[in-house]
Amino acid sequence: MSSAPRLSKLSFRLRLWLSNCVSEDMAKVLMIHPEKCTGCQNCMLACSLHHEGQFRMAASRIHVYTWEREGISVPMMCQQCDTAACMKVCPTAALHRSPGELLVDFTQNKCIGCHMCTIACPFGNMVYDAISQAPLKCDTCDGDPSCVKYCPTQALEWVDDNVSTRNRKKNYAAKFKIAFGEGSL
Amino acid sequence: MNGWIGTVLRIDLTTGKITKEPLVKDDAVLFLGARGLATKMFTDEVPASVEPLSPENKLIFAPGPFTGTLAPSAGRYHVVAKSPLTNGIAGANSGGVFGAAVKYAGYDALVLEGKAEKPVYLWIKDGHVEIRDASHLWGKWVPDTTDLVRSETDDDASVACIGPAGEKLVLFASIQNEMHRAAGRGGVGAVMGSKNLKAIAVRGTGGVRVADVKALEAAVWAARAKVAAHPVAQGLNRHGTDILVNILNETGCLPTRNYQDGHFPTADKVGGESLTAKVLTRKKGCFACVISCGRVTRVNEPKFAGEGEGPEYEAAWGYGPDCGVDNLDAVTKANHLCNELGLDSISAPVTIACAIDMAESGVLPANEFDGLDLRWGSGELIVELTRRTGLRQGIGDKLALGSYRFAEMYGHPEYSMTAKKQEIPAYDARGIQGIGLEYATCNRGGCHVKGYTIAAEVLAANNVRLDPREIKGKPGLVKAFQDMTAAVDASGGCIFGTFGMVADDYAAMLSALTGVPYSPADYVKAGERIWNLERLFNLKAGLSAKDDTLPERMLKSPIKTGPSKGLVSRVPEMLPEYYSVRGWDDKGVPSLEKLLELQLAS
Repeated sequence: MSSAPRLSKLSFRLRLWLSNCVSEDMAKVLMIHPEKCTGCQNCMLACSLHHEGQFRMAASRIHVYTWEREGISVPMMCQQCDTAACMKVCPTAALHRSPGELLVDFTQNKCIGCHMCTIACPFGNMVYDAISQAPLKCDTCDGDPSCVKYCPTQALEWVDDNVSTRNRKKNYAAKFKIAFGEGSL
Repeated sequence: MNGWIGTVLRIDLTTGKITKEPLVKDDAVLFLGARGLATKMFTDEVPASVEPLSPENKLIFAPGPFTGTLAPSAGRYHVVAKSPLTNGIAGANSGGVFGAAVKYAGYDALVLEGKAEKPVYLWIKDGHVEIRDASHLWGKWVPDTTDLVRSETDDDASVACIGPAGEKLVLFASIQNEMHRAAGRGGVGAVMGSKNLKAIAVRGTGGVRVADVKALEAAVWAARAKVAAHPVAQGLNRHGTDILVNILNETGCLPTRNYQDGHFPTADKVGGESLTAKVLTRKKGCFACVISCGRVTRVNEPKFAGEGEGPEYEAAWGYGPDCGVDNLDAVTKANHLCNELGLDSISAPVTIACAIDMAESGVLPANEFDGLDLRWGSGELIVELTRRTGLRQGIGDKLALGSYRFAEMYGHPEYSMTAKKQEIPAYDARGIQGIGLEYATCNRGGCHVKGYTIAAEVLAANNVRLDPREIKGKPGLVKAFQDMTAAVDASGGCIFGTFGMVADDYAAMLSALTGVPYSPADYVKAGERIWNLERLFNLKAGLSAKDDTLPERMLKSPIKTGPSKGLVSRVPEMLPEYYSVRGWDDKGVPSLEKLLELQLAS
């Protein structure tokens, strides 16, 4: 009779361990595949609807840039950087990261509207919205990003942050490096 | 307001007066937006007798309620004016992002009146509206115009403009937005040119409000699932609209050499599969599209080198089989030129095919050839004639009038493959009876897209497959497609969304978005209302039942080879029943009962 509670305790611990290591709670990252982007902007529509309850593209946390002569579209959005410049310059810790999390989080009531984060972001992904009087910060829709759901071509992907994902990200960054290298010549 | 913005922007180019008026809510509810609302405003304000290229004609740009929202593949706008090509109503539809930009800037419609004294362009940044000098842009091609206007306004502005063809009043000039997307048909670009208006640049930072977010999202997902699962929508994504070349050729309904035949043995060389293999660099989607049929293409062959978008099926067919050409590089180049010069890529090649046909048949005197070798099958020729037409040089000055006026000039209008003087596209009316009736009855003249019965007669979309050679039931089918398409256009949708979505989906989305309850029947009824309103305008403009017909060649000269050999169009047999299912009298005039039912009379 006494073994039953012990077993259940063990299974609870096992579940906890699993959830911390390999289960669905594993940290996820948002991958961008510009080569699959058709420039349709469904991601921007989804983002603004989720965050604003209306279709106001200026309030979208993701932006698609299209070069019509070349026919190229590139989605740009918060990378949740490991060393996040926006977070570093934020004087009130309105931008902050909880221990063990990948998300750079934003707390509206701590924001004093100084715009430092918009200057600091090296990608220009932090934009201040005059209407909502706040920086437009990607919160990954609490771990279920709307932009990914609405992307019809899987140009946006919500994937586990594991070694292979990081390698793909790195490979993509390398392409950027080459492009920037060419640009500076 | 939800779905709609609630404001109409009116610009008098003669006086420079700019006014913002409230949207008439009752009109919006009854006519939805885009094609419907613009046609309602146009027919209320402009007498049907107006001279199309005079300052008294108006040019109305209007997005629909879906435009700028997540409604799948529904980010479009419509341009309405009186057509200089058909002398009836012109309604040209385009995707890209321009329509959404107009909505975000805060307008349900832009009404352009009068004529500017010298070339101008408009810069609309939300509530700020400015008429600017465009003397330095006059003569510029579409890509350069777009870049220059952006550099002078805002990098993120969306630009709709005309090319040299619109400036020089080519009767089938287009309005191009984001360089490659076209409000192509009916010569709306010439109307814009006649007003000395080179471009409209729009940047909007406002939003579109939603009545019921949850209901809208649910309806959008239900609709998206249907489109994603639809084989035709999948095919459009895979190979673009050009996928149709082989399908139509296999049916024996690919018009060849100016409709002399319906089958072209080497058609595959200009089909979608070849396009994907040879010139495709990337797939592209219009605003809010879930299909992405757009093709970014590049030709490396030095003679035809360049990059741009397309060809779509109709242009690939027009420059290809209809001109006897099977050189994809040349066809792609000619299509790129249409976008750059601002030409309708259906009327341009069909007019060229008419000229070649007349030359080959000996009815076009050799001294009119402008030093060119006018014959079937020459890639160089189709490119050169397109260039001369867009710039109105040499023979191009006459081709700029469209095939009907061109052929008539030499006493042989029977060589023109037109309905109401607008060029008929790429599905042979002799082998597909329903589409022939659509060509004959379409309010904007020869056009496939406003009653695309091909979906049922050839593609078996939505599990309906009707025998294309049969005429029984076709009048009702044509009416159903015409009414549904008018509603889809008016709400801001793309007809490719109907590969999957049905009236229930559109009505559910529209109700959730606007807060106005629409049943599926209400939605289709709005389409029927619009169709009848367009018809009334055409009748007042002088068109009549005698214009609801096809060229003699389609009625009397059977297809010579291929699977549809021996067939002719039977439009005259179908027409009385069409008038009857429409509730029109035997002269094609809507009855008072019908007008009362549609709230078009009181």
